[in-house]
Amino acid sequence: MNFDRIKEKLNVLADAAKYDVSCSSSGSKRKNSSDTLGDSSGMGICHTYTEDGRCVSLLKILLTNHCIFDCAYCVTRKSNDIKRVAFKVQEVVDLTMNFYRRNYIEGLFLSSGIFKDPDYTMERLVQVAKKLRLEERFNGYIHLKSIPGASDELMREAGLYADRLSVNIEIPTKEGLKLLAPEKKHSDFIKPMAKVRNEISQYKSEKKIIKSTPKYAPGGQSTQMIVGASGETDHQIIQTADFFYNQFKLKRVYYSGYVPISTDERLPQIGSAVPILRENRLYQADWLMRFYGFQANEIVNTDFPFLETDIDPKLAWALRNMHLFPVDVNTAEKEMLLRIPGVGTKSVFKILNARRFSRLNENHLTRIGIAMNRAQYFIKNVSIGNSFDLSPTNIKHKILVSGTSKYTEQLSPQLSLF
Amino acid sequence: MNVIYDGTLEGLFSVFYEIYAQKIKAPLIFKESVYQPALFEKAMHVETNSENAERVVKGIKKKAGKNFYQFFYAAHNDRDNIENDLFAYAKIILDSQQSRSTDYSNPFVLKVSQYGKSVGREKHRMEAFVRFRLTKDGIYFASIEPDFDVVPLIKKHFESRYQDQKWMIYDLKRDYGIYYDLQKTERIQITFNQNKIGILSTSPEIFSEEEMDFQELWANYFKSTNIESRKNMKLHLQHVPKRYWRYLSEKTVKV
Repeated sequence: MNFDRIKEKLNVLADAAKYDVSCSSSGSKRKNSSDTLGDSSGMGICHTYTEDGRCVSLLKILLTNHCIFDCAYCVTRKSNDIKRVAFKVQEVVDLTMNFYRRNYIEGLFLSSGIFKDPDYTMERLVQVAKKLRLEERFNGYIHLKSIPGASDELMREAGLYADRLSVNIEIPTKEGLKLLAPEKKHSDFIKPMAKVRNEISQYKSEKKIIKSTPKYAPGGQSTQMIVGASGETDHQIIQTADFFYNQFKLKRVYYSGYVPISTDERLPQIGSAVPILRENRLYQADWLMRFYGFQANEIVNTDFPFLETDIDPKLAWALRNMHLFPVDVNTAEKEMLLRIPGVGTKSVFKILNARRFSRLNENHLTRIGIAMNRAQYFIKNVSIGNSFDLSPTNIKHKILVSGTSKYTEQLSPQLSLF
Repeated sequence: MNVIYDGTLEGLFSVFYEIYAQKIKAPLIFKESVYQPALFEKAMHVETNSENAERVVKGIKKKAGKNFYQFFYAAHNDRDNIENDLFAYAKIILDSQQSRSTDYSNPFVLKVSQYGKSVGREKHRMEAFVRFRLTKDGIYFASIEPDFDVVPLIKKHFESRYQDQKWMIYDLKRDYGIYYDLQKTERIQITFNQNKIGILSTSPEIFSEEEMDFQELWANYFKSTNIESRKNMKLHLQHVPKRYWRYLSEKTVKV
């Protein structure tokens, strides 16, 4: 192995791949058979974290950063004057194997710029996965990018070797896409996604009858949207996410605050802040949809098109629906427990178990780990100090002054000097 | 009455057995190594008996159901005086007709679930942060110094993952390790020169020629995949507390 040359490529192609935020390595069912390498049947593992606080679970690289497209928001766009390199198939295989054997990673996340045409690119990606599975007998996690426009036949093959497939829609609205990536159409993204969805359900139903049916993308599909590049509202983003969760049975939608990388006038300029707070609120909203039983339009709708920045979306919803509170934790249904601000899914589980043995009081709830500073205003029979006025504005004020948000600086109306 | 045991898990469970068998009232359990006898105080030494220990474990397992792991993890939490909380838990579980392992309104059930959680967290961290280095004789080697005695708990994870390579994980603090030789995993004890096999050592006498090259590639990758304009050291430290940095070559290898 020529380590210097590989190092150079690795640096360029990891740097170009890092704006894809997905790093999940969980949810697959690929078990190790005897005497092969790797296992991705359990939960994912983050092997390290970068200084931006993101988990590193997979070796996330592009096969190449050559690209025939010129999407304004993308760092590898054709018109960008950067160094272009490409990995050979075998080089990616060797890197993955050596990193995996040392317990650096859970597997590989391979994406690519589009060189020549979609099929040519997709074929190379599939080759890497195929080699890892068949020649190296690798059972670790493989996440491949679905290249928009690749043939159905290649997409079918990809799913046989990969644990997860994803295609990033990047821009949440059609108008935004037209402005920033005029060469691409919404349908380009939808087609491979639909193909994979259909294959997954077909393989699943065949597996019920014939046990030896191979696995097809057992980790499902995901996608990503860039936030803050095209002037979209939170309502549009959440609506789009909801559409993909329902129509395409996606496992995850990722939200990526736009990192300015271009002087293009259509986009936020270099030096403007990454919308990290907004991204965080979108993830909170996403969790509410996936784990807390919320409908998209309960969180944001035409009346409230943006998520509140100073409080989380669950608290915001509760304050808009005070007539449903306070809740009696000793009798309420699970669905309602999940809606109490400051009570998470694990606490709900503990409450449901514990209340079969004794009547729960404030003390129990605190020890179980509920965030009482928020929850106390929404639970029956807890002492709420001297606040007798339970109006939404009052509660919000009390919660905000009682805690310190990690975003205090960004929220403060006062400008600091430096 | 003070009850003394040898500090092993089997020893502890043997104590549980004797407390029940001899109907000992208000027992206080101590490890041999930390027990300091006071004047006029009676103490009973319990010999470790694996058969008795197994009966205790079986009994708790049956009653605790799938929450048994919380107790089992908690038992690997080698902080001082945890024995008495574990016994209080075991007593609650064993003395009740219905399963009370989910009664989080009981302080001991809640405590044991929390002790178990911190052991589980350390176990998970070791599965994540262990870095194998390839030795000259083809063994993927890692040395660790975990907060709790988690090597027995991580064994299964590494077994199912690395079946086609030889590997060894050595706990330098507790001076024992496990070694997988492509057939089976065995508990081992070796006299090492600590300077040469320390957590991040890459002594060329012991490790393969390419070992350092791969560590450098990994450190390069780590740096390139970071987004500078999103730097968030607070979050970073929350995920990787400083005391774990010593495991991470990407933090120390210069690129």
